[in-house]
Amino acid sequence: MPAAIQCRDLRKTYDGKLEAVRGLNLEIQTGECFGLLGPNGAGKTTTIEILEGLLAPTSGQVSILGHSWKEDEREMREWLGISLQETRLSEKLTVRETIELFASFYREPRSCDEVLEQLQLTEKADSWVGKLSGGQRQRLAVATALVCNPKILFLDETTTGLDPQSRRQLWDIIRAFQRDGGTVLLTTHYMDEAERLCDRLAIVDHGQVIAEGSPADLIERLGGHHVVEFSVSAISNGATLGSAKEAWSGLPSVESVREDADDGTIALNVKQPHLTIPALLDAIDQQGAQLQRLTTRQASLEDVFVRLTGRHLREQ
Amino acid sequence: MSVAEKAPIAAAKKPAPARRNGRWAGYSHLLMARLLELKREPEVVFWVFVFPLLLALGLGIAFRNKPGDVVSVAMVAGTESQDAQTLLALSPQRDQFKVQVLNQNEARQGFRLGKFDVVIEPDGHGGLQYRFDTARPESVLARSEVNDALQSAAGRKDIIATSTVTSSEPGSRYIDFLIPGLLGMNLMNSGMWGIGFALVDMRQRKLLKRYVGTPMRRGDFLLAIMTSRLLLMVIEIGLLLVFGVLFFHMRVLGSVGSISLIGGLGSLTFGGVGLLTASRAQKIESISGLINLVMMPMWIFSGVFFSYERFPAVIHPLIKALPLTALNDALRASILEGTPLFQQWPRLLVLALWGGISFVLALKWFRWT
Repeated sequence: MPAAIQCRDLRKTYDGKLEAVRGLNLEIQTGECFGLLGPNGAGKTTTIEILEGLLAPTSGQVSILGHSWKEDEREMREWLGISLQETRLSEKLTVRETIELFASFYREPRSCDEVLEQLQLTEKADSWVGKLSGGQRQRLAVATALVCNPKILFLDETTTGLDPQSRRQLWDIIRAFQRDGGTVLLTTHYMDEAERLCDRLAIVDHGQVIAEGSPADLIERLGGHHVVEFSVSAISNGATLGSAKEAWSGLPSVESVREDADDGTIALNVKQPHLTIPALLDAIDQQGAQLQRLTTRQASLEDVFVRLTGRHLREQ
Repeated sequence: MSVAEKAPIAAAKKPAPARRNGRWAGYSHLLMARLLELKREPEVVFWVFVFPLLLALGLGIAFRNKPGDVVSVAMVAGTESQDAQTLLALSPQRDQFKVQVLNQNEARQGFRLGKFDVVIEPDGHGGLQYRFDTARPESVLARSEVNDALQSAAGRKDIIATSTVTSSEPGSRYIDFLIPGLLGMNLMNSGMWGIGFALVDMRQRKLLKRYVGTPMRRGDFLLAIMTSRLLLMVIEIGLLLVFGVLFFHMRVLGSVGSISLIGGLGSLTFGGVGLLTASRAQKIESISGLINLVMMPMWIFSGVFFSYERFPAVIHPLIKALPLTALNDALRASILEGTPLFQQWPRLLVLALWGGISFVLALKWFRWT
């Protein structure tokens, strides 16, 4: 059985100079929920639009369920539900009219009422699109994708800018789609979302996949197991925090040290916190500094991301 | 860890498809959506339907034909002019003249300001002198009419027997000239804006990209846009013509069928030109500029408000090659003179060429994303 989505050595160069995607490989199996993560400008949207057949790659192969865009475009369109980043649907049409319009493009669409109900839009069926809230609009965008009864769902930053409740509603919808055997490819800004929703992830930066695996796998490999975060008051004996950085990395069980320039918080990636913390307290004591804050937590995807790209996902 | 293990295969409850769509389902839904959008956009209703009517009303009133143009004559006081005044009062055409007796300065001042069409002055040798301006048609006319009236009242005999019939029939007035021109201009405006602007707006909103992410047939999409244009065209033409007939007693000589055919061809032509204009533009700001750039020469040259005969004859062939000129000429010939379609083939050919070539180029260059 062919992979749901597969691409090899994908490259896209705009105007002969800007390389948005440089040699990207992905293989997504049927039934998977796969996430593309990366800072803005990393090439996520370009990649997803190439996979959707909306953009021609400069070079490289794409295959969707074993078919290629050049040969079977029309047939392939029947299988794909797409939600683009920032599509503004016609404001003067009602929700129902919009869904019916999209349904009319497919050979065998689902019934409009069923989709309305699934996306909790039944009450809004006769409202103009222009009158919808942000969350309702995004659900409508997903509704236009789901109305075709797709095999693969592409969601490009569908939850960006939504309130937590709307995001959760969309998660439920995506999970339900996956439970019914559908394949999902999504891009997101939210680490918690990727961590909860995706079976596998690829972190993309500068047009390449820099890490790939399940969330737990990535965290274990790259995030360290635990994170110890602390901040100290000015060190009395004159040593600066910068020079202390080596001291922190020399503590037992510490894998890496990260310093947040804004608030002076220092984060240690740690394998075994019970070994690190007593040593840390001693070290602070010896330097004559005062501990102001100390927390430990499980490493998250955010830690992986920051470690790999040097950036927080949302701080662009 | 294999993925198959992770993806729980729930009891496959894929709902049965609710229906099968036929070949034209996409087209009919696109057309319906477009019409609904237009209907719900008050600006469209105003610019497409109300604005041309207001324009016709305003211009029709401003340039309405005054009943029996009166010639206003200034007479410079003197003995000769008193005789002349008496003669004029006796002449059968006396109702056509409005005579004022003034001193020379006042008379000439009034003439300069356009208050009088002609000034009659004593020439100092017992005769009269006409002061008139050859550059003002009404002044030239006034001179000869006054002279005619005076001479015949004084006893001149006309050697050839003549008689006159006055003719001021509907069909030759300014409003009759104007309404077909407004029709043509309106078809151009709504074709360029209704198609060009609407498409770029959809492109900017990434709606076009979203559409091509579905199996929608691209040809159906363009066809639906064109069809909506044709339907609007019928209403546009109908409204303006009915308005002209009711308010200005305009006479429509051509058949409804041939007028609709010309209007339809014009709509499609400007639809094609609008499509071409919109084929690459990404922003509505740039398409607005482009549309105005394309329409500007036609507003000026194509004889909407005044006849292009006023431009030098050298550029007439160029003017006649513009699509709006061809459309206006064809509409005028059909509405005002009832010229049959087959006699208008050069104009229709101009329209078809503009529309056809634009359409082909637009399809080649059109950017969906």
